[in-house]
Amino acid sequence: MSGATGTNATEAQSSQRTLLQMFLCALGVSVALFVVAGAAISAQAKPPIKVGFLVPLSGANAQNGRDILNGFLLYLEEIGYRAGGREIQLIVEDDEAIPAVGLTKARKLIERDQVHLMAGTLLSSTGYALAPYIDSMKIPMVYPVVSADDLTQRRRSPWIVRTGYTGSQPNHPFGEYAYHTLKLRKVTTIALDYAFGWESVGGFERTFVAEGGTIDQRIWAPVSVHDFAPYLASISRDVDAVYALFLGRTALQFMRQYEEYGLHGRVPLIGAGPTTDEHVLPAMGDEAIGTITALHYSGALDTPANKKFAATYRARYKKVPSYYAESMYTGGKWLIAGIEAAGGNVEDRAAFVQTLRAVKPMDLPRGPVEFDDYGNPIENVYIRRVERVNGELQNTVIHTFPRVSQFWKYNPADYLKQPLYSR
Amino acid sequence: MAERSEALQGWRLPVLVVLGVLLLAGPPLLTSYWVGLLTQAVILAILAMSLDLLLGYTGLPSLGHAAIFGVAAYGVAVLSTRYQLGFWTCVAGGILAGTLLSALLGLIVSHVRDVYFLMITLALGMVLWGLSYRWIPMTGGDNGLSGIPSLEAHAGLPFSGPIAFYYVALFVFAVSGALMAVLVRSPFGLTLCGIRESEPRMRSLGYNTWLHCYLSYVLAGAFASVSGVVWAYYNSFVSPTYLDLTASSELFLMVTLGGPATLIGPVVGAGVIVLLKNVISAYTARWLLILGIVYIVAILAAPKGLWNLRRGRS
Repeated sequence: MSGATGTNATEAQSSQRTLLQMFLCALGVSVALFVVAGAAISAQAKPPIKVGFLVPLSGANAQNGRDILNGFLLYLEEIGYRAGGREIQLIVEDDEAIPAVGLTKARKLIERDQVHLMAGTLLSSTGYALAPYIDSMKIPMVYPVVSADDLTQRRRSPWIVRTGYTGSQPNHPFGEYAYHTLKLRKVTTIALDYAFGWESVGGFERTFVAEGGTIDQRIWAPVSVHDFAPYLASISRDVDAVYALFLGRTALQFMRQYEEYGLHGRVPLIGAGPTTDEHVLPAMGDEAIGTITALHYSGALDTPANKKFAATYRARYKKVPSYYAESMYTGGKWLIAGIEAAGGNVEDRAAFVQTLRAVKPMDLPRGPVEFDDYGNPIENVYIRRVERVNGELQNTVIHTFPRVSQFWKYNPADYLKQPLYSR
Repeated sequence: MAERSEALQGWRLPVLVVLGVLLLAGPPLLTSYWVGLLTQAVILAILAMSLDLLLGYTGLPSLGHAAIFGVAAYGVAVLSTRYQLGFWTCVAGGILAGTLLSALLGLIVSHVRDVYFLMITLALGMVLWGLSYRWIPMTGGDNGLSGIPSLEAHAGLPFSGPIAFYYVALFVFAVSGALMAVLVRSPFGLTLCGIRESEPRMRSLGYNTWLHCYLSYVLAGAFASVSGVVWAYYNSFVSPTYLDLTASSELFLMVTLGGPATLIGPVVGAGVIVLLKNVISAYTARWLLILGIVYIVAILAAPKGLWNLRRGRS
């Protein structure tokens, strides 16, 4: 019995050894397989491109932010979230239209989520707050809407690509148009009291006065304005027109009170594009009809590219596209064109920014766009009149200024020597 | 000594030790994003503690405290970007701007109590916000001022980066916190508590209650200014939103949520709010709703603040 046990023991030992050998062998093979397979996978599929996106999704500017996001989502759906052979992964954050929050969220996107690229934001104040941080982190970022003049003038950033416009850009030609075509001589301006308002009014006033017009009164209403009565009461009825810049809730209320004060139909209303932009136009009534504004886009723009965009946007979101929606559809198209041109290589960020500035995406809803030497788009400016067509209000384009630069007809060097538009 | 042991009874001591270790040793193990959030929490904690001096210890509810903080931040921004002054001048300028301003405003607000104090500080806060918004040549208006040099470079420190900045902020926090802790335990601080409990009685005991309230307001303003200076360097920019009512009421929430008159409570409140805001919003677009529910539950479950939880009997 004892001998048998001895043999059994040696057998058990040897079988243990073979088991161990087999196990080690299997381990070695599987490790080798993993390595080979891993190499094959990494050669085949690159990790997704992460795009960080910032817009206000809560608070007073949430609707504008939502439109911007919708435009981007629409384009990403069109291309199936793929570009340059890689998947596009979108990470959205709410900046609440507060600069400090925007900065915190940008830090989160860049430092925690490790995004390759950034896009978005609405307000100039957030745009200015982000710029130094974006520069320090060297992350390419597209600003589709932020229109603060100096971002492409006196305080340019190497890492920020603006695909939108400057606040004064559509208003330079509009000032001349108001004088020569609309035959206006004396205008009162009323606008929201912040940088966007000053730059819009400033641009209009510069060319309008240069042609020979005069500004009767310059009225600034606080951003939190709730009642326009005191402002409207002070407007002289002798002026040829009132120039207005409002957006969102303030635009709706201004239009309504303009009519209540008997000004509608008596003193023509003109203004900056956002005042009658499609983000508020469907909520307006007949009081808006006849208002003439200038912008680089109109939802009613009669081009094949825009008709297609407006139709798909309407089918997807059940409303007309606003300029905010178009801005990030175009901005998204630009970003994707850049990724395609770079062959999906967004890791070389310095090269990618150069590519982004060099690409020329075609068939944009707003018309042809190219960059000037300062990184701001040269694009068409449309003069639009609010009309009711098929029961719906729209911004009918009545005149087009082709290829308008942020400097209009002025020499950039001379232009930049003058101070930024202020109140 | 008796008061201190009472303040740290039960679960509070272990929690405090864990928090302390986390604040001291945590950052090198964290990614820069989390270090950034901790830095924000630490800077805002100084501000929340300074409001606690007023709200918790003196019983003066200020709804304009963020304005003092903002003025100090603007002080740094204006001195460093418009006049390119040196680091210590900017720091001193920022702290002085906020402190002198509260010394001035204190003359107006320290005569009133309760809801009147709330209203008048709210109004003065709005005036200062309006000034930052409208004094465009100096403040840049709505666009704010950006381009404040980084603290490490401006101060000529041999190290830089988020972790270095964090430890600078932590140092300022520790020094300010210690000073405030000494203050509230001093006879002066106890007098403030007495005024909070019954001002007529303190007056009849011969205390100059007006002077105590005034000094409390100025000291709170001075610590708020310290916080504002660090905040300006942290964000490298300032804007009117630092001074607005939303900022002041969020600060109010930090103190009430954490537990007034504890100093540590507001620190916890600041940390909880900074972390909740940023963590929840990363996961859902409905984060405001969740935040609202959390606040309501916290106030219902701990009406005296988180740090005073289960201290009902004392």
